[in-house]
Amino acid sequence: MNKVNDRSRDIGPFVPGPDDDMLICRCEEITKGEIRKAVHDGMWTMTEIRRYLRTGMGLCQGQTCGKLVKGIVARELGVSPAELEPATSRVPMRPIEMYIFANEAKEADVHE
Amino acid sequence: MSNNAEIIIIGGGIIGCATAYYLAKNGVKDVIVLEGSDFMGNGGSSRNGGGVRQSGRDVRELPLVMYGIKNLWPHLSEELEVDCEYHQDGNLRLGKTEAHKATLTKLADNARGVGLDVRMIDGDEVRQINPYLSHEVTCASWCPTDGHANPLTTTLGFYKMARQLGVRFITGEPVVSLGMVRGKIRKVVTPNNIYEGEKVLVAAGLDSRPILTSVGIDIPMTNSLLEALVTEAEPHMFDQMLGTAEADFYGHQTKHGSFVFGGSSGLERYNKDNGTPVTNSKTAPCICRGIMKYFPDLAKAKIVRTWAGWMDASSDGVPSLGKVDEVPGLYVACAFNGHGFGIAPAAGEQLAKLMITGTTDISLDELRYDRYKAKI
Repeated sequence: MNKVNDRSRDIGPFVPGPDDDMLICRCEEITKGEIRKAVHDGMWTMTEIRRYLRTGMGLCQGQTCGKLVKGIVARELGVSPAELEPATSRVPMRPIEMYIFANEAKEADVHE
Repeated sequence: MSNNAEIIIIGGGIIGCATAYYLAKNGVKDVIVLEGSDFMGNGGSSRNGGGVRQSGRDVRELPLVMYGIKNLWPHLSEELEVDCEYHQDGNLRLGKTEAHKATLTKLADNARGVGLDVRMIDGDEVRQINPYLSHEVTCASWCPTDGHANPLTTTLGFYKMARQLGVRFITGEPVVSLGMVRGKIRKVVTPNNIYEGEKVLVAAGLDSRPILTSVGIDIPMTNSLLEALVTEAEPHMFDQMLGTAEADFYGHQTKHGSFVFGGSSGLERYNKDNGTPVTNSKTAPCICRGIMKYFPDLAKAKIVRTWAGWMDASSDGVPSLGKVDEVPGLYVACAFNGHGFGIAPAAGEQLAKLMITGTTDISLDELRYDRYKAKI
């Protein structure tokens, strides 16, 4: 956390690759090329990539593609994947219907 | 690389990024933006409900947001080369009781006084605009020029374009203090470095307060934890931005199909502060209960994510914006009170103009940082 990161550091130009059309995030249908381009647009963290492209924002919440996206971003930046923090996990762990989520108050009533 | 620049902006949120973009667009590219966290746009800029709205606002900030909606928002996606997902399909601010009606009527009357097209409509007219709303809704204010956009792509779009134009962005640099040299602002100190600029803009949300205190300026503001949630993609239902007089929920359906709804539990100002904005287990269920009263059809929509963000609440509910008289070269833009997203492009553009030319197209006099007075 809180590591000085100068976003003007030269990471070289975007070079198109033969597998840029490969789907990486299946839920949101984001390709490898889109992820690589986003890095060159300045999105250097998993959090920014997710907010910019929606990778990992679909039904699986990144449980499928998170690791793949991280590898692609790390390679583009020329750093180890271990240096990239994963995007924040969010409640709930599994999608849950609104009327069920809303029942929290009933549980509280039982204890009163 | 040198740590000196003509202008240093503290805060990599939408205000800092937009100001940097408009500075660079107007030829001032020797700019450094310092972001305290590791991520660009990590505060309210990425955590808000996406409202681009004029109705419901205090009249002091209305001229600025009206200017932005007229002149900047319509072509923002094109300009930033990202899809800001801007929709201008109106805002319904919903009411269920006579007290709500009185609140909404007063807000609408005030807004009309400064030239905004907003009017009160009854429950039937509300359901003509949005047929999914329940019969509990008996009135609303309707502002056809309001709308919504995607805060994530808009904030990061400003960042991307400013960076492309040559602005230097550095994350992980939390500013701890400012320093004056020969009676003018000069130094910006972080735990790692000292930056120097001829002009400095403090746009760091809540963190603006301790930063400004280091040069003797204090703006009365406090934190409040706001929460929002998003559903899975649903078939298209409506395009308006929604809010309520009771403030139990607000939100819209996104281009993606998901519904983004914010809301409140009533405990916002008293949440535990462990340093990061963590959701409270009581809030999202409370927001769900609020939504279902207005939209019974959404009861089976699945929630996929919830999140929280700190709001920088000032004692009178509107931001502090402009030049600081006591410290030549210092500018502030903070305390947007949870509705800074829609006003951000206009605030950034006018701040850039103020820093370059010394004047603005829209008067910022009502938003002065030193307007706060004791009650007696």
